[in-house]
Amino acid sequence: MTLKATTPTRPDALSDRAPKTASQGLDLIGQRRGRAGLNRTSVLAAGVVLLFFASVLLGSYTVTIPDFFTIVANHLTGGAKIPGASFIVMENKLPRAVIGTMIGLAFGLAGALFQTMLRNPLASPDIIGISYGASAAAVVAIVIFGASGAAVSGAALGGALGVAALIYAISSGTGMRGAGRGNAAGNRLVLAGVGIAAALHAVVNFLMTRADIRTAADALVWLNGSLNSASWDRAAVLFLALAVLLPAVAVISGPLRLLELGDDTAAGLGIRVNPTRLALVVIAVTLAAVATAAAGPVSFVAFLAGPIARRFTRKASLPASALVGALIVLAADYFAANIAPLLLDGTALPVGVVTGALGAPFLLWLLVTNNRKDA
Amino acid sequence: MAVLNAKDLTLKYDQRCVVDGLSVEIPEGRVTMIVGANACGKSTLLRGLSRLLKPAGGTVTLDGKDIHTRPARELARTLGLLPQHPTAPDGITVRDLVGRGRYPHQGFFRSWSPQDDLAVQQALEATDTLELAGRNVDELSGGQRQRVWIAMALAQETDVLLLDEPTTYLDLAHQVEVLDLITDLNRRRGTTVAIVLHDLNLAARYADNVIAMKAGAVVAQGTPRDVVTEGLVRNVFNLESRVIPDPVSATPLIIPIGRHHVPTELELVS
Repeated sequence: MTLKATTPTRPDALSDRAPKTASQGLDLIGQRRGRAGLNRTSVLAAGVVLLFFASVLLGSYTVTIPDFFTIVANHLTGGAKIPGASFIVMENKLPRAVIGTMIGLAFGLAGALFQTMLRNPLASPDIIGISYGASAAAVVAIVIFGASGAAVSGAALGGALGVAALIYAISSGTGMRGAGRGNAAGNRLVLAGVGIAAALHAVVNFLMTRADIRTAADALVWLNGSLNSASWDRAAVLFLALAVLLPAVAVISGPLRLLELGDDTAAGLGIRVNPTRLALVVIAVTLAAVATAAAGPVSFVAFLAGPIARRFTRKASLPASALVGALIVLAADYFAANIAPLLLDGTALPVGVVTGALGAPFLLWLLVTNNRKDA
Repeated sequence: MAVLNAKDLTLKYDQRCVVDGLSVEIPEGRVTMIVGANACGKSTLLRGLSRLLKPAGGTVTLDGKDIHTRPARELARTLGLLPQHPTAPDGITVRDLVGRGRYPHQGFFRSWSPQDDLAVQQALEATDTLELAGRNVDELSGGQRQRVWIAMALAQETDVLLLDEPTTYLDLAHQVEVLDLITDLNRRRGTTVAIVLHDLNLAARYADNVIAMKAGAVVAQGTPRDVVTEGLVRNVFNLESRVIPDPVSATPLIIPIGRHHVPTELELVS
């Protein structure tokens, strides 16, 4: 009886269900991809936490985990200090790791914002001369005006913003607007930036040859990027800047997703393209500038973070890029401070030297593979 | 419903004037095709109508209100645009791309809603791209990709939709498919459609209303039957032709006459 009743309806039911399950299957694939992206982002976050603690606890002076928590708790409550360890952790290792993480996040985000907005992996603030503007201004302040401390950081901030304004003015100059804007605007920005970076390079080289050896040594820190002078004051300034900038990034990330589709498409979807682009430039430049002001231009972090995050999570993602930035800085600093001395007769390297050594081959590789794709 | 109107519209790129003092109405609920030779200003007109280009003079109004004084996002709920070369970010899925068409409907604090899901679903169904929803856009063929972009414009759920050469780089079958799809949209939802199209024969087949442009001015406007004539083709494209009734649709069919492959007696006739 039941067989008879069900058999005739079965073909209908099947044909009804077939396309539905097919589309559900595809939905699942889509969701799985999304979830995989999220999982991979949390893997990155876990990696950052792990490296953070590794750089605080391990290295030339090893601290056990219980000791670390005792030190931090006692520092906050004003309790007893562990001789030696308290000072090294609280005044050296912890601020160093905190600043390293924050500048990594800032550089990673700044790079990813630029690269996404301009649809060009070369368009990160370190390639287009914005970080270099910061260091050039710092060197000018040190060598010519004999500045030090906060004044140098301020000069670096001003230099980055000034260079960014100059690049923006040159690349969006009148007489160049036409039907073919969009990508062309991005390419002009990159070219203008590369040109300005070359000019600044000449200025810095000139100043370095004129400066006396001690001033030059001070200035050199601003050309390499280093966490050696990390302090809680700097960490606090950086933290305040990020407390403003990170929410701004969250707000602008929505319109950025549409700018990715091309200027015209974005405009058709109700984005005011030029104000949005200006806001993006200001946010990204400020991120790069405050990070540079805190630790010098740690080269190639902004440039590397976005593409690596994209390859790892298989899609463009700002949080992943920020985390990769932090990972690069923490790993490179650990290498520079703890592993490089073993290889180089005890000389600790500034972190920027390590990221620079990593970044240059990657830049070449990216150029080669991109060209192959175009050909 | 919405009426898009241009009055004394002047459009310039820097100092170069492309459209000068043009007045035109895009009739409500119809399919309008804008045709003309290369560089006659038809794409520029579409940019002007969609606020991509700020007019140097004159106004563009939607339902009597100047489109340049309305908030961008509010306008994008009524007026949609598919530009000629949209770019898909690397690794984006079809569903994600179509979902971005919902942006104008989302508030500052209101994120994705079931209504957005429904609109995306309907857009995917209407463009027959539901089975592609989980695929990456870079993996698709040219025809599929164009359907996905149209789906994104559909998800925007606007009363007016402007399309700039939506059939470029597509083979004939896909061109017809895209134009059929747009006609479906017009018939089912009553969407007002304006399309810049290169192919005059397809324009004559699919248009309710043709706007022919030459050197930044409107030369003729009306139904294909009234407007598309041998004289118009000569005037606008500088091309000799025969115009006969399309054996399939009875709309005007343009047979171009070049210098070769033309028997001499036909040259005498024309």
